[in-house]
Amino acid sequence: MKPDELRGLAQKEQEARKSYRFRINVCCSSGCMPFGALRVLTAFRDAVREFKVEEECYVARTGCIGTCSLAPAVLVEPGDYLYQNVTPERAREIVKEHIVNGRPVKSMLYGNEAFFKKQLRVVLRNTGKIDPLRIEDYIAVGGYYALLKALTRMTPQGVIEEVALSGLKGRGGAGFLTGLKWRYVARAPGSPKYVIANLDEGDPGVFANRTLAEADPHAILEGMAIAAYAVGSQKGYIYVRSEYPLAVQTLKKAIEAAKSMGFLGENIFETSFSFDVELRLGAGAFVAGEETAILASIEGRRAMPRPRPPYPAQSGLWGKPTLVNNVETLANVPVILLKGSEWFSSIGSKNCTGTKCFSLTGKVNNPGLIEVPMGITLREVVFEIGGGVPPGRRFKAVQVGGPSGGFLPEQLLDLPIDYESLTKAGAIMGSGGIVVLDDTSCMVDTAKFFTEFCVDESCGKCTPCRAGLHKLFKILDGFTRGEGSVEDLSKVEDLCEFIKEASLCGLGQTAPNPTLTTLRYFRDEYVAHVMDKRCPAGKCFRSGGGGGVE
Amino acid sequence: MAKVRLATVWLSGCSGCHMSFLDQDEKVLELAEKIELVYSPIADVKDFPENVDVTLVEGAVGNEEQLELLKRIRRNTRILVALGDCAVNGNVTALRNSLRNSDEEVLKRAYVENASINQAAPKQVPRLLKRVLALNEVVNVDAYVPGCPPSAELINQVLNDLLEGRTPVLEGRFKYG
Amino acid sequence: MSKPIELTIDGRKVVAEEGETILKAAKKNGIYVPTLCYLEGVSSFGGCRLCMVEIKGSPRLFASCITPVAEGMEVLTDSERLRRYRKWAVELLLAERPHVCSVCVANGSCELQQLATELGVDHLRVDREWTDYEVDLTHERFAYDPNRCILCTRCIRVCDEVEGVHTLDLMLRGKNSKVVFDLDENWGFSQSCTSCGKCSAACPVGALYVKGKPLSEVKKKDLVSFIMERRSGK
Repeated sequence: MKPDELRGLAQKEQEARKSYRFRINVCCSSGCMPFGALRVLTAFRDAVREFKVEEECYVARTGCIGTCSLAPAVLVEPGDYLYQNVTPERAREIVKEHIVNGRPVKSMLYGNEAFFKKQLRVVLRNTGKIDPLRIEDYIAVGGYYALLKALTRMTPQGVIEEVALSGLKGRGGAGFLTGLKWRYVARAPGSPKYVIANLDEGDPGVFANRTLAEADPHAILEGMAIAAYAVGSQKGYIYVRSEYPLAVQTLKKAIEAAKSMGFLGENIFETSFSFDVELRLGAGAFVAGEETAILASIEGRRAMPRPRPPYPAQSGLWGKPTLVNNVETLANVPVILLKGSEWFSSIGSKNCTGTKCFSLTGKVNNPGLIEVPMGITLREVVFEIGGGVPPGRRFKAVQVGGPSGGFLPEQLLDLPIDYESLTKAGAIMGSGGIVVLDDTSCMVDTAKFFTEFCVDESCGKCTPCRAGLHKLFKILDGFTRGEGSVEDLSKVEDLCEFIKEASLCGLGQTAPNPTLTTLRYFRDEYVAHVMDKRCPAGKCFRSGGGGGVE
Repeated sequence: MAKVRLATVWLSGCSGCHMSFLDQDEKVLELAEKIELVYSPIADVKDFPENVDVTLVEGAVGNEEQLELLKRIRRNTRILVALGDCAVNGNVTALRNSLRNSDEEVLKRAYVENASINQAAPKQVPRLLKRVLALNEVVNVDAYVPGCPPSAELINQVLNDLLEGRTPVLEGRFKYG
Repeated sequence: MSKPIELTIDGRKVVAEEGETILKAAKKNGIYVPTLCYLEGVSSFGGCRLCMVEIKGSPRLFASCITPVAEGMEVLTDSERLRRYRKWAVELLLAERPHVCSVCVANGSCELQQLATELGVDHLRVDREWTDYEVDLTHERFAYDPNRCILCTRCIRVCDEVEGVHTLDLMLRGKNSKVVFDLDENWGFSQSCTSCGKCSAACPVGALYVKGKPLSEVKKKDLVSFIMERRSGK
């Protein structure tokens, strides 16, 4: 494709979009599909024909709108009217009342304005508003312009500079400066070089990356192509979990479309830059999301991490310099190039720019997928966007960062969300999971639950993670059954410290976080278990267990 | 100076650690100057006494009687020493832990399957625990002397350390097995 | 010849070659670092965590068997923290499977047993696991007892990198990881095993052994480095 052709196509698509007075976006992501989103989509199309408004109302199959608990969700433009729990019957009513008669159906509208008010959508800029399966939709909203700009008006160093200036940090959890990582790969001797997009989101209750891939796959591809241009790579892999069938399907189609349009392949935009992307499916191990484990898995070996250094930037895939970025990081890149690093760094806080996607779940009134500027407080996320805990319940703790994220109590809710503050408090940014707990949860039991997850997901390579976590789990399990003493609490802390500092990769290094933070902020609950043999939340000791040694 | 009240106990083990204890040879005599042996398989005392300064416990905890005895020992002892691998980590005694329903299975194997007459598991003996336990799985232990058995020399050194009020440091001095 | 790198280990100035690991540099200079999964002659694994060292300027710990030296690096191979963590590592390995030294073929020539002595692991603070893996006696010359395996993968690396066969590998993950022959075949029925016995020579504990031979005769930790040195024509 030539630069002019892209402009022409975008213009044509924009005009086509304008020719419709209404646009009905039906979410067909993994969250809404099981609730009959496809039937709702058909119902809308039928209704539009039935009321003969095909000329003025376009029905689009889109990705996630964010309000996953109210599936299926439908967004009507203009005015962003969000309908919840839409059924085929209600779809017909919406067309009849809203489109034909111009009267939005108030009873079905999503009532919670606060959910969207504090959000800022950069990564999720297009989700829910474009059809992920139509590359033209992406082009219409400015898609592949950033790639065009990079290839025709910027040097690779210039691209890296721009990304570095934006302050963008890796969204996979560790928060390493993206620009710096790119520079390392660009400077590393050796060829070929590889770009890997990490879409191995294995955390329970986390679905931000999946949603992004299902709703806006081209943002990822464009980000990858720009990254490849910057670091001097011609080959990219998207490492995606096979448990994400819809994301896999969507990405497959997106890659095909991008290839046929010439955004991937040889001599992109008639420049000397060529770049090809392949999908690689994981086999369902949590640890495979670790950047060195990804390398092993793509090479066809057991997904086991290896110690760093050497970092993948020096010696990655097949020993070659490799850039591994999370898909959310990559999806930020096109926007940064188009709007500039200055614009990007004005969002968020000083040391932590931009936005972050979170999967907000647990005991909260408005669960869903959200994107917020960095530096927002946890209180705003939990109580304003999330609408607080269900009526009659009391907030107890919030877990930030997935299964190995720490639990933070009420008094830390005014903590700003950024890498440093979270790590200091014992939590992590991680993959962006926020789980809210109310007073019905027992913190000892919860720590045990997440430790068990990590025991199951440990690859078994290093002693602290493999053997240490298992012992930790058994001790915690004993606590919930009335075993243990106060002295055991310091033993647990000692063991946790060992696992945290001596483990080989991020899984082991962060796995003790739930235990350590609950011990730090909810120690009284542990003491109640081991001293009084009592569970304040009434969760433990139920199976008639207890009783110390056999 | 009052003599130190020493006890030695034999739980589930082969008595090899006691043999090793006696292997101190002439040093037992030196020891006898400093201690009063208040309870031991080699002394005829029925009940574990009160106010014991140091107790050496050989063997793992295999049955209910031993479980009770160990708790009593802990209550009545200032310094409790796990003597030998069985006491320290279960060792051979605990090998049955790898079997399912080992408390019944081992009795069956010994008294039924391998017996030519009177094929029946004994009834008049203390019940076996589901799982053999090392001492520190039941009570707090103050010092550990691993070995199968620990050498007479090591036992002597540890005892002298304790008698002279030092905490024994075993780094580099012991050997499991 | 690669260029020399100067660094300090435990306060001593030492010179190492570029690309060399910290462990190798330490060994060459007579500085002892405890190791377990490390085996001279095959690739490093970095799993046991015994050889961890501190590097000034980083809060992290580094497996010295795999971390390359760098100019001006200040390495500490011994500290209160390192000793505490090494103790935990040995303790957890001992507790992970039923290691009963008194009935083990490796008694007296076992590296794990030796490390326990050295580091003063005179008891376990955590409960022991009593796994009941079947012992594989199907091979006419060798035996494999998974209950004694510490998952150091020395055997796997030797089989793959020295014998070039890769009969051995890991199955399952986490605490359930198990070293297996071919696709979890009994050793005696393995189609790929050449019965060379290098795995038994490399095993630091009593998991792989030669039937009817005392381990003191079987264990040849230097065998692999000897072979590799000869092959490289040094």
